[in-house]
Order: sequence, then structure tokens, then C-alpha cells
Amino acid sequence: MSIVTAIGHGPGNARAATSPARAARGPAYLLLAPGIAYLGVFFVIPVVALLVTSLYVPVPGGDVGQFQPAFEWQNYVTVLSTYWPHLVRSFGYALVATLAALLIGYPVAYAIAVRARGRPFVQAMLLVLVIAPFFTSFILRTIAWKQILADESFVVAALRAVQLLPPDGRLTATAFAVVAGLTYNFLPFMTLPIYASLERLDPRLVEAGGDLYASGPTTFWRVTLPLSMPGVVSGTLLTFIPASGDFVNSVLLGNNGTTMIGQVIDSRFFKVSDYPGAAALSVVLMVAILLLVTSYIRRAGTEDLL
Amino acid sequence: MTRSRPRRPAPVDPAVRALVAAQRGVSRRSVLAGGLGAAGVGALLAACGTGGTPGSSGTSGPVTDRSETEKVVRWANWTLYLDYDEATQSYPTLERFSAETGIEATYAEDIEDNDAYFGKVQGQLANGQDIGQDLVTLTDWMAGRMVRLGYTQELDKANIPNADNLLASLQDVSFDPGRAHTMTWQSGFGGLAWNTQAVPGGLRTVSDLWAPELRGRVEVLSEMRDTVGLIMLDQGVDVAGEWGDDEFFAALEVLEAQISSGQIRQVKGNSYAEDLVSGDALAVIGWSGDITVLNFENEPMWEFVLPEAGGTLWSDNLMIPVGSPHKANAEALINFYYDPEVAAEVAAYVNYICPVDGAQEAMAAFDPELVDNELIFPSDATLERAHVFRALTPEEETRYNDEFQAVIGN
Repeated sequence: MSIVTAIGHGPGNARAATSPARAARGPAYLLLAPGIAYLGVFFVIPVVALLVTSLYVPVPGGDVGQFQPAFEWQNYVTVLSTYWPHLVRSFGYALVATLAALLIGYPVAYAIAVRARGRPFVQAMLLVLVIAPFFTSFILRTIAWKQILADESFVVAALRAVQLLPPDGRLTATAFAVVAGLTYNFLPFMTLPIYASLERLDPRLVEAGGDLYASGPTTFWRVTLPLSMPGVVSGTLLTFIPASGDFVNSVLLGNNGTTMIGQVIDSRFFKVSDYPGAAALSVVLMVAILLLVTSYIRRAGTEDLL
Repeated sequence: MTRSRPRRPAPVDPAVRALVAAQRGVSRRSVLAGGLGAAGVGALLAACGTGGTPGSSGTSGPVTDRSETEKVVRWANWTLYLDYDEATQSYPTLERFSAETGIEATYAEDIEDNDAYFGKVQGQLANGQDIGQDLVTLTDWMAGRMVRLGYTQELDKANIPNADNLLASLQDVSFDPGRAHTMTWQSGFGGLAWNTQAVPGGLRTVSDLWAPELRGRVEVLSEMRDTVGLIMLDQGVDVAGEWGDDEFFAALEVLEAQISSGQIRQVKGNSYAEDLVSGDALAVIGWSGDITVLNFENEPMWEFVLPEAGGTLWSDNLMIPVGSPHKANAEALINFYYDPEVAAEVAAYVNYICPVDGAQEAMAAFDPELVDNELIFPSDATLERAHVFRALTPEEETRYNDEFQAVIGN
């Protein structure tokens, strides 16, 4: 549970007030060194390599996949003008999946943290159920979905019987299946941070709301929800960011009309051997996510909670 | 911590003591400095780099063959591509190779896709480095690219006396004249396959896939040369001959129309087989060996044919990557698998076309039922209807790939 708590509320805010003695800084940097070295080798260097590669040009008369260093900014214009629909689609899917995960995850987290409060065994069992899917590879679980939603499956047969699907309708190889897969795969990332926030909810505050003649919904809206916002913000970020870059769900559950930006990067790199194009798209994706997330955090007004 | 702990005496065990001493000798600072020094960063950047210019490759020079001292060979291959014994969890022919030659063989099912594998190793190959494999198995056109770029070592045929057993039709190929760098592993057909219960009438031409009753239940391969090649053949183009942009784009238009109309459900790699099993796909453009394996593993209900207008023929080829230090060992392994009896044993398992002359006769002793199997030992009449997609220039390859990927939604 300590991990869960850490996601919702980073320690350290409280300690920042009492400034550490100057002499303690040396060991602090020493302790930080592995982390900085790790980030340097596995984050800074790859990002620099990515930026450099994104500006390469093909070797004149060279073979497939041969490029030379240059400053070809045109690469960005090309990939953006060709692949903006895929970018928009990826963010659209991620947004819908995040909202769906919030709608499903919040009540679950609420039930576990608030309703099951005081019954540690029930809470523990429910939490295990939330985490249980992680015990199997998510690729395998997504492949299982493919079978569950297959044309010959009882799910499709039932939906056809109640006329929710036309007789030749299907679920796999559709946008619906991709978004459903994204929602399912990232649901625990939404549920756990919200649970961590709600778990600390002081019941006396909710009681006070009732004492001041607020109705149940009003208390929830004015007291419970604002207090759980840190969890909601962390949960939406933990869902939205990986979902927009995901390509497994679209590969397995979608078709050629549901291609997400991660698939395009994969195809540019591995199929067409267009390394600069793949690198430029990756940079675009990173910057786009950074901008979206920054403006979201600004709007949510919870900079200090992250 | 209020009290400092006394320094522990060195361990008694000499081996452990040596380890501890070695550990104390290296200061953490020097490790960090070495790892993050300018040279380290430079090497890392180089390793992350992408190919580089043709002239800059091969900085480390030719590798020395250590086959005499290191009796090992490492082989990267595709899945389900070597005889495997479930009971003993081993590869019987490979075990026999090790027993006969004393060379320890490591077999990895590392290759899932030509482009993806090339993308993974090409940075190292460009620098002449060992990619951790002494033998890799790649399809014709990719084998051609490897040879063209100088990423392979020339075979010493004196070490491969059995090379003479290579089928005459495969001995001289355009991408590797005289087979100086590559040897065929297996070949196969690209053609039509369908579920015989759902499509009792069967399919005879690629156009049969576009029948209204199959709408949304058709899948085609993400391998451009098979899917576009079969459509081109359907349009009367000889894919092995001289054709150009007009013929290619005419076929691509058909594919685009069938995808956007929803006739084609998905464009996939090997995983179309799963959709045949789940029933999502009823008719596909697929590979011959896959269908045999499917019928073997499930209730047999799929049939494979070459379309009337002809199918595609491809081969996967064994080659020794440029940085491999075990060339002679790899050649010994190639030689072993070109023995007709060994080749027959492999063919009986993988069900692809066997490239070894004499294997058909050897099969009579091994499994008489397979001697007349057209998918393993195709007759001349069958082979006449299978065509090899002509070699593309690098410029064509980039452009066609680009257009094909765009059409299939990437």
C-alpha cells in the first residue's frame, strides 16, 4: 500500500519548510548520483540522439535506411502534415479512454476506500482484485479480449440478439474495441491513485457537511471530490499519457482505420526504415503530450500536488 | 548511527576474499567517471546512431574467426522453423549436429519480421560489430539488402561440400550471384486460404476474396510483396518480370478500395492465423506452411491454393553476419542441414518447400506420406505457377513501402 500512497501524495512537501543544514548537501548529491546517472544514460542521451536523428537526410543514392547528419527541419513539416489525423485520433482515443476509466474507476475507488472503511479484509480483497490483472502480461490479456469479442463469441451474439449490433456488426477491428481495450488496460492506474486520496478522506469533514445542511450530492461535490482531486489528477495523467502513445490495443483490437500514432512510429522505423521520420514523430508526440499535460495541470490548479 | 561499526575481517574463503579485494580496489568515483566520460558518451551515441554513410562503416576491420577455439554457433531463426520435439523439449537435428561435430549450437527464435529484425541489428552491422548471432535467416529481398550493404561474410564453399545439393532453380539468384553469401533455408508460397465450412465453394482467384458475402471477413498480409504481388498477378502482371509504377499502383488501388469499403477487415502479419482460428477471418491471403500447421494443431478445416493467375514464391536464406567470429562453425551447420536426410526430417516438421536435392528420396524412408506433398516437394507444374517478386531498387523499395504503409493505414 505504500506504493499506492506514494503515487497520490509525494512526501517531501512537508519537509521542504525546514531547510536542511548546508553540510548535509554533499551526501544528498552523492545519494542522488545513481538517479542522475540513470536518467543521463537512459533519458538524456536517447532524447539527444532522437533530436539529432530527426533532422537527418537520406544519403544521396544510398540504400534503404541510410541517412546522414543534416538540419532538415522539413522533416517535421512532412510528418505533421501527413500524420496529423493519427495524432488527433490518438489523443481522442486517449481522452475518451481516460474519461471512461474515471467514470468506472472513481466509484470503485470510492467503494473500496470509503464504503468498505473499517473492514480491512474486504478492502484488502477488493484491492487485490483491482491489482490482480497485473499478474498476467497485458498483451496476453488483450489477446484474450480479441477472443472474447470475436464475431463468433457469445458477446457479439448477445448484442446482435438485442439489436444493439446490426446482424453483420462486429466488435473486433473497430474503434470501440480499441478504446475499450485502452480503458481496460489503464483502469488500475486510475483507480489506485483515487483510492489513495479517498482513503485519507476524513469522515468528520463529510459529517460536518451534513451538519451544515448540505445534501449528500452537495457534500460529495463540495467536500469529497475536491479532497480527492490529487488522486483524480494523478490518475488521469497516468492513464492519458501512456494511452496516447499506446499501439498494442490498436494493433490487436483495431484495424487500418484505427491506427494510432505509436503504430505509425513503429511502421516508419521498422517497415519503411524512415528513421528521421520516426524520430521527428516521436519528438512531436513528446512535445504535444508535454503541452497538453502542462495546460491540464495549470487548469486543474494542482501544481503543488504532483 | 551513533557508533561506528568495526571493519569486518576479510572472509576466509580465498575466492570470496579475492572478490572483496577486487571490489575495494575500484573506487565508485572512477567507475562513474569511466562510464560517463566523453568516450563513453561518444560510444553510446554511436551505438544509438542510425546507419551512417556507406564509407563510415566497418571501422573495426575484419573479424578473426575463432571457430577453432570456441566450439559454438549461434543461430537466429523464425518461429516454428526447425523440427522440435515436445517430449524432450529439444531440436532433434540440432542435437545431432552438436553430437557429430562437437559444436555447441544456440538456437533463438528471434526473427518475427524482416524489417523489424533489420532495424534492430543494422546499427551494429554498419559498425562491423558482432550482433550476437553467427547465422541469421532472412527473406530474399532482405538477404539482397544485407549482401548489397556488405553486412554478410562470403561463404567458403570448401567448408560446405553439401552446397552442391541446392536445387538447381535456386543456385543462381539475382540478389546473390553464384550464392557467394547466402544459402536457402526454406521456401514457401503466398496464396489463398479459406475456411472450408464457411466458404464451401472455395476460392480460385484473388478477385474471389472481394465477394459480397465475405465482406469484413477477409484479411491480407502486411508483407507488401505477397499482398500486392498476388493482386498484380491477378491483374495479369508477371511479378518476376519487367514492370513499373503503373502496374504497382494499379494493384495498390485495388487494395485501397477493398480496405476503405470494409471488405478487408485487417492487414496483418503472421497473426492472421489466430483470426482464422477465432473465425473473425474466413478467407485470407496467407502462407502455405502456416495453413498446414493450423490444420495440424486444430480441427482441420482450412485449405490453401495458389490462385489460378499464380502465387508468390519466396525463400528464406541463411547468411553469416559481418561481425560473427564463428564463421567456420556456421558453415559446418549449413553443411549439416544440406544433407538430404537431415533436410527431409526438417521439412517433415516445418512443411515448407525443401531446397535440398535428394531430400524427396530421403523422405521416402522418413515419412512416405509426405513424398508427394506439393507444399514440400512441388512439381514442376506447380512451381511454374509460383513467381518471385522482382528485386526492387533502393529508391523503389522506399517509395513503394511508403505508399503501401499509407494504404494499410500507417
